[in-house]
Amino acid sequence: MNIQTDAPVLALDGIIKTFPGVRALDQVNLSLYAGEVTSLVGENGAGKSTVVKILTGIYQPDGGSILLDGKPVVFATSQDAARGGVTAIHQETVLFDELSVAENIFIGHAPRGMFGLIDHAEMRRKAGEILGGIGAAIDPGVKLKDLGIASRHLVAIARALSVEARVVIMDEPTAALSQKEIEELYALVATLKEQGKAILFISHKFDEIFRISDRYTVFRDGQFVGAGRIDEISEGELVQMMVGRAVDQIFPKRAAVIGEEVLKVVGYSHPTEFEDISFTLRRGEILGFYGLVGAGRSELMQSLIGITRPAKGVSRIEGKITVIRSPADAIDAGIVYVPEDRGRQGAIIDMPIFQNVTLPSLSRTSRRGFIRLAEEFALAREYTERLDLRAASLDTPVGSLSGGNQQKVVIAKWLATKPRVIILDEPTKGIDIGSKAAVHDFMSELASQGLSVIMVSSEIPEILGMSDRVIVMREGRIAAELEGADMTPETLVRHAAGIGVSGAAA
Amino acid sequence: MSLTDTVQGRHIPDQLRSTLDRRLKSWESLLLLVAIGIFVVNSFASPYFLNAWNLSDATFNFTEKAMIAFAMALLIISGEIDLSVASIIALVSTAMGLVMEAGLGTPVIVLTGLLTGLVCGAFNGLLVTRLGLPSIVVTIGTMSLFRGISYIILGDGAFRGYPADFAWFGQGYVFWVISVELVIFAILAVIYGVILHKTNFGRMVYAVGNNPTGALFSGIRVERVKLTLFLLTGLMSGLAAVCLTSRLGSTRPSIATGMELEVVTMVVLGGVNILGGSGSIPGVVIAAFVMGLVTFGLGLLNVPGIVMSIFIGLLLIGVIALPRLWAMSRKGR
Repeated sequence: MNIQTDAPVLALDGIIKTFPGVRALDQVNLSLYAGEVTSLVGENGAGKSTVVKILTGIYQPDGGSILLDGKPVVFATSQDAARGGVTAIHQETVLFDELSVAENIFIGHAPRGMFGLIDHAEMRRKAGEILGGIGAAIDPGVKLKDLGIASRHLVAIARALSVEARVVIMDEPTAALSQKEIEELYALVATLKEQGKAILFISHKFDEIFRISDRYTVFRDGQFVGAGRIDEISEGELVQMMVGRAVDQIFPKRAAVIGEEVLKVVGYSHPTEFEDISFTLRRGEILGFYGLVGAGRSELMQSLIGITRPAKGVSRIEGKITVIRSPADAIDAGIVYVPEDRGRQGAIIDMPIFQNVTLPSLSRTSRRGFIRLAEEFALAREYTERLDLRAASLDTPVGSLSGGNQQKVVIAKWLATKPRVIILDEPTKGIDIGSKAAVHDFMSELASQGLSVIMVSSEIPEILGMSDRVIVMREGRIAAELEGADMTPETLVRHAAGIGVSGAAA
Repeated sequence: MSLTDTVQGRHIPDQLRSTLDRRLKSWESLLLLVAIGIFVVNSFASPYFLNAWNLSDATFNFTEKAMIAFAMALLIISGEIDLSVASIIALVSTAMGLVMEAGLGTPVIVLTGLLTGLVCGAFNGLLVTRLGLPSIVVTIGTMSLFRGISYIILGDGAFRGYPADFAWFGQGYVFWVISVELVIFAILAVIYGVILHKTNFGRMVYAVGNNPTGALFSGIRVERVKLTLFLLTGLMSGLAAVCLTSRLGSTRPSIATGMELEVVTMVVLGGVNILGGSGSIPGVVIAAFVMGLVTFGLGLLNVPGIVMSIFIGLLLIGVIALPRLWAMSRKGR
């Protein structure tokens, strides 16, 4: 092993980044070394993508410094970052079908010849060089649309490398690849290491983290937890660091009396999103749904309320087969859904708070179809004040509120319909700590009053702290159903990532 | 239940600004000032302007368009548009002509007109809601289709000889100078104002126009709301066709050519956001008067029609640009 011990090429020192109401990064450190792969590990929401955006000049840090070769630099724009030699291979790079491979690689910074016109010959030559460098046998002259998926991926990588890169960021590069392509990517990573590039690798898959990294850095809730050499830590220790605070974080979960079956889903299948999903939900229960992004959880929940229709499967509410064709049917059946995408699906942000709250309950606040404002304000007030909403008045637009308060409006809106089952999809994603606590507190209050709650979440502490039972989904299927002592961060992560379930990995 | 005791949030007031304050600073108030301004200018510019009968005649400049504009306002607020309304008038008028030729009386003629309008609206609405096609494309298509059918039936000809009692709709007066059309306009203004501003349906129209996905997730049957609005627009076009045919006393396939743009202009001038989501019926009512007064005033001054349309266009751009220029100049300081 040729482990260098010299100074880092690029380092983040005490970086702070705040968004309205949320501290996304709180004095984090990160060092990247030439010829080494550093894996950045953390749950969803730990601050990984914020770091990537700061490194590539998309976000500006509110505090701390970026050090390039030990000297402080400012990446005011993505061009600055590229000039500093930092480049990122994104999960989905935008490519242009009708342009040639060379044009795709050099779009925006093509070599210029006479009169400032693009020097096509030079561009093609350079493109061939870069493609050769990553071992890709692709003719730079062919149009992108004539290439397969795997080759397109290589073009995207070549594009990232077309700037004089010293630091390469790979943000979940294997998420959409087949096993063979993943192997090719590993080979590419090895080539880049040999060329002396510093690599920042972001992945949720523990097997590949251990396979290709030299170093690790762990973030949790926007804070730096630890860093070190990968061969000095075990998988279990890394998971522990990643989810660590789960044990000491206080969740207001109350012991609820779990009653009779309220919802039973049997054999739900969808052509592309999920398959053979069966589960039950009882009165007073909080059922957690854990999984990686893209495991099909939101799609499943949306099919339960009639947004997408499952191809197969039956749902029974209190024993009766219930067909739900639209959200309106779902509301009638007492199932409501608080979506993850607040701005687009959850709220109508240009409309006032009170109108948002009463929208699904208009039949109750009106008489013979005519609006009664006093009743609307009363209903809106009742539920928003219960959730401790902070707003200047009930007629201000929802869009003027902070993320956490917008979420409270959306939850208030659904509780006002007096549902039997409430589905919360990432209910505390991107909201401040105070609102988070209010949402958790209220969730457990509701369950203790006999409401059944389904909570989709990618945050392990939240899942473990709030759920009576957890279903783990992976690639559209139920990977595990965990209860009691089986509900540990390790089992969740293993089932969700599909590794070491049999105890083989370590 | 104990919930309100255990988790008691702080009190949130219903409203901060008073309703009066809000009304004074609204688009409608600005538009009303424009209307009064035009009225004053007109009365100085022409000695014939301040005459009850002349003013009554002037209302015909906008009553038929406004009937459609009310339904169109709701449709545009919901995020859709219907550009085929003038062609619906042509088809409706032709259908009524056929019924009249067959020797049937006024009630059947009117009923045929309204029904034909409704069918045209249903055709547009079903294409948009069932097939998910963009309404602007669908109704540009039906704009040619509906008028085309009327041209096939009539060619160069015309239907004349409507029964005498049919003339009541477009030429009758209810009381002194108050025409039947003006009364229909006033009744519809109230009905649409109530629908949009005082009913659950109106609230749903705003929700759908602001965020169709959010509205769907909130349990609103978005497609049903949109289909209803297309039906209403078709029905109103049918009614406008009854009035216009009655006023002209004949049907030609070129009837009401270009009226769709005047209707849309009226709606947008009335403060309805062309992208959907906001607008009001009082705004459209005032806009109808503004357009009527401008056309009439210029007519009295013998300004040719083409200049009039230039003036209406400038008025539309001016009234929409003014608040924005105002805001920009304040920000610039």
